[in-house]
Amino acid sequence: MDTLVFVLAGAFATATPLLLAALGELVVEKSGVINLSVEGMMAVAAVIAFVITYTSGSHLLGFVGGALAAMLLSLIFAVLVLVFSANQVASGLAVGILGLGMSALLGRSYESFTLTAPAKITVPVLSNIPLVGPILFQQDLVVYLTIAASAGLIWFMQKSRNGLVLRVIGEDPHIAHNLGFRVLRTRFLAILFGGFMAGLAGAYAATVLTPVWSQGMIVGRGWIALALVVFGTWRVLRVVIGAYIFGALLLADLAVQSLDIGIPSQVMTSMPYLMTILVLALVSRDALRIKLNAPVALGENYRPAH
Amino acid sequence: MNLRLEIVPRTAPSTQALMMVPAITIALSVLCAIVLFTALNHSPSLVLYSFFVEPFLDSYNLSEVLIKAGPLILIAQGLAIGFRAKVWNIGAEGQLTIGAIFAALIPITWPQSQSALMLPVMILVGGLAGAAWASIAALLRTRFNASEIIVTLMLNQIAFQILLYLINGPLKDPRGFSFPQSVPFPEAAMFPPLVEDSLLRANMSIWLVLLISVLAWVFVARSFAGFRLLVGGLAPNAARYAGFSANRAIWISLLAGGVAAGIAGVGEISGPIGKLQPILSPGYGFAAIIVAFLGGLNPIGIVLAGFFMAVIFVGADGAVLAGIPASAPVVFQGFILIFYLASYTLVNFKFRRVRGGTV
Repeated sequence: MDTLVFVLAGAFATATPLLLAALGELVVEKSGVINLSVEGMMAVAAVIAFVITYTSGSHLLGFVGGALAAMLLSLIFAVLVLVFSANQVASGLAVGILGLGMSALLGRSYESFTLTAPAKITVPVLSNIPLVGPILFQQDLVVYLTIAASAGLIWFMQKSRNGLVLRVIGEDPHIAHNLGFRVLRTRFLAILFGGFMAGLAGAYAATVLTPVWSQGMIVGRGWIALALVVFGTWRVLRVVIGAYIFGALLLADLAVQSLDIGIPSQVMTSMPYLMTILVLALVSRDALRIKLNAPVALGENYRPAH
Repeated sequence: MNLRLEIVPRTAPSTQALMMVPAITIALSVLCAIVLFTALNHSPSLVLYSFFVEPFLDSYNLSEVLIKAGPLILIAQGLAIGFRAKVWNIGAEGQLTIGAIFAALIPITWPQSQSALMLPVMILVGGLAGAAWASIAALLRTRFNASEIIVTLMLNQIAFQILLYLINGPLKDPRGFSFPQSVPFPEAAMFPPLVEDSLLRANMSIWLVLLISVLAWVFVARSFAGFRLLVGGLAPNAARYAGFSANRAIWISLLAGGVAAGIAGVGEISGPIGKLQPILSPGYGFAAIIVAFLGGLNPIGIVLAGFFMAVIFVGADGAVLAGIPASAPVVFQGFILIFYLASYTLVNFKFRRVRGGTV
C-alpha cells in the first residue's frame, strides 16, 4: 500500500516536467510547426536553472533563468524555420544537439552538486484524508501550477479567439493569411512559448524533482514529451492524462527496484521507452484519427506570397 | 519608409551557392566556437590549435583521425540515403550497439578460434543485426504509422540498456576484475592494422568504409531505386503518381541506415575497442547526422565531411588535456548543422531588398 501511495503521489511530480514540455510542444504543433529540440531545450534550461539556484539560493530565479535560456534556443529554431525556411525536422535536431552540448559544457564543474528542493505544500485538513490526502494534497507548488496551466490551455485552445487563430494557422496558413492573420508572427510566438515551457520543464527536473546535477539528466524525457503530444492526439486533456501515466511509469522503475523482485534494473529502466514506442504505435495506427486531429500543415513551412 | 530584406525562390538551384555552403558553414561555426570558448575563458588560439592543427601533427593523431572518420562516414552514408527520402533515422547509435552485440557473440563463443572467416562473418552479422533493429522502426512506421523519429530514438535507449544488461550479466568476463565488459576478442576477430608492426591503431576497416562509400555513390547517383527515393523525398505527390511506393522507401532507408550503423559497430569492437564495454561510441550515431548534412547528402561530400568531423573529434581528445571540455565537439556539431541549414537557404532562395509590405 505504501508503495502504491508512493507511486501515485510521486507520479504528479515526475509527470510535471513531461507535461510542461508537452503542453508547450502542443501549442507549437498546433501552429503547424514541429520543434524536435525539446530535449536540448530542457537540458540547457536544467543546467542554467541549477547553476542560478545553486549560486543565488532562489528557485524562482532558477526557473526564470532556465525559461529564458530555453527561449533563446527556441529563438534560434524560429529564425531557422521562419526566416530561412529551413527544414523543420533538421532544424529541431540541430538546435537540440546544440542544447545538449551546451548543457554538458556549462554543467561540467557542477557534477554531483546538490540543491535543497523546495518544501511541499501540505493543504490543511484535505491532506489528512487517508490515501487521497497524501496523493493529491501534498505536492509542490509547480505541480499545482502545472495543473492550473493545463486548465488555462484548454480554455485558450477551445474558447479564446487567439486559440482559434492558432489552430487555423496550423490547419492552413495560406487561408489564415488571406483572412488577415499574421502567420509568421503567430508561429514565432508559439515557438517561443514552446521554449518557455520546455525551460520550465528542465528547470523543474533539475532544481525540484532531482536536485542533483548530472550530465544527461533529462534522459529522453524531452522525447517522451514529444510522443505524448501524439499520444494525446493534440488534445490538452489527453496529454495531461498521458503525462500522468508516464509519470507513474517512470516511478514504477524505482519502486520495483526497491522491492528487489529479481527483475534486472535495465528492464525497468527501458520500460518508459518501450511503452512510448508501444503507445505511439497503438495511437498512430488509427490513421483516420491522427488525420482528424493532427494539424494539417504540421511540418510545412510557410512563406508569404508577394 | 520601411526597407527590409525578403527571401524569394530562385528559378533554379544555384550551384555556386551550393559549393559555398560548406565553406560558409565551417567559417561561421569556427567563429562561434571561438567566441564561445573565449567567453568561457579558454584562449581562442589554443582552441584553434588543438582542434585544427594538432590532429595533423604526428602519425598517431593522423591514425586516430582515420579511426574516427571510418564510423562517421559509414553511418552518414546510410543515413543520407534515408534523409534524401525524408525518412529520419535518428537511431544509428542504437543500431551500432545492436550490430556490435550480435557480432560480438561470435568471438565470445569461440574465443580461441583462429578462423579467417570470423571477421567477415562478424561484419555480416553486425550489418544484419543493425538492419533488424532499424526494421522495428520501419515496421512500426509502415504498419502503424508511428513516427520513425521517436521510435528510433527510444530504441537507442533500449539498445543501450540491453548492452548494459549483457555485459553485467550473461556476457560478462568472469576474469574481468568485475568490470562490466566481455572477454577480449581473439586476433581473428580484429581488423588487421593499416601499418604493420606499429603502435598505430588505424586499421583496414577504412578500406571497407571507402568501398561502401563507392557503393552508396552508385546507389544514389546511378540506380533507379536511388532516384525513386529522391523523388519520394522531394515531391511525394509526384512519387505517388509515378507509382513509387512510399512504404518501400521507408524500408530501404531504414535498412540502409541500420546495415551501415551495424557494420560501424563491428568496426569499433573489432578495431580500437576489442571487446564489448559500456561505451562503444562517443556519439558517432548523432555526429553522423551532421556529417550527412555537411556532406550535402552526397556520398563524396560525406567522405570529406566525415574526415572533417573526425579531425574535430581527435582535436577534442587532445583539447581535453589542455582543459577544454569534452563536450566541446557536440556544441561545435550543433553550430555546424544550424549554420548549414541557414546557409543552405541560399541555394534555393535569394535575398531581395523590398520597400514596405507586411509579413
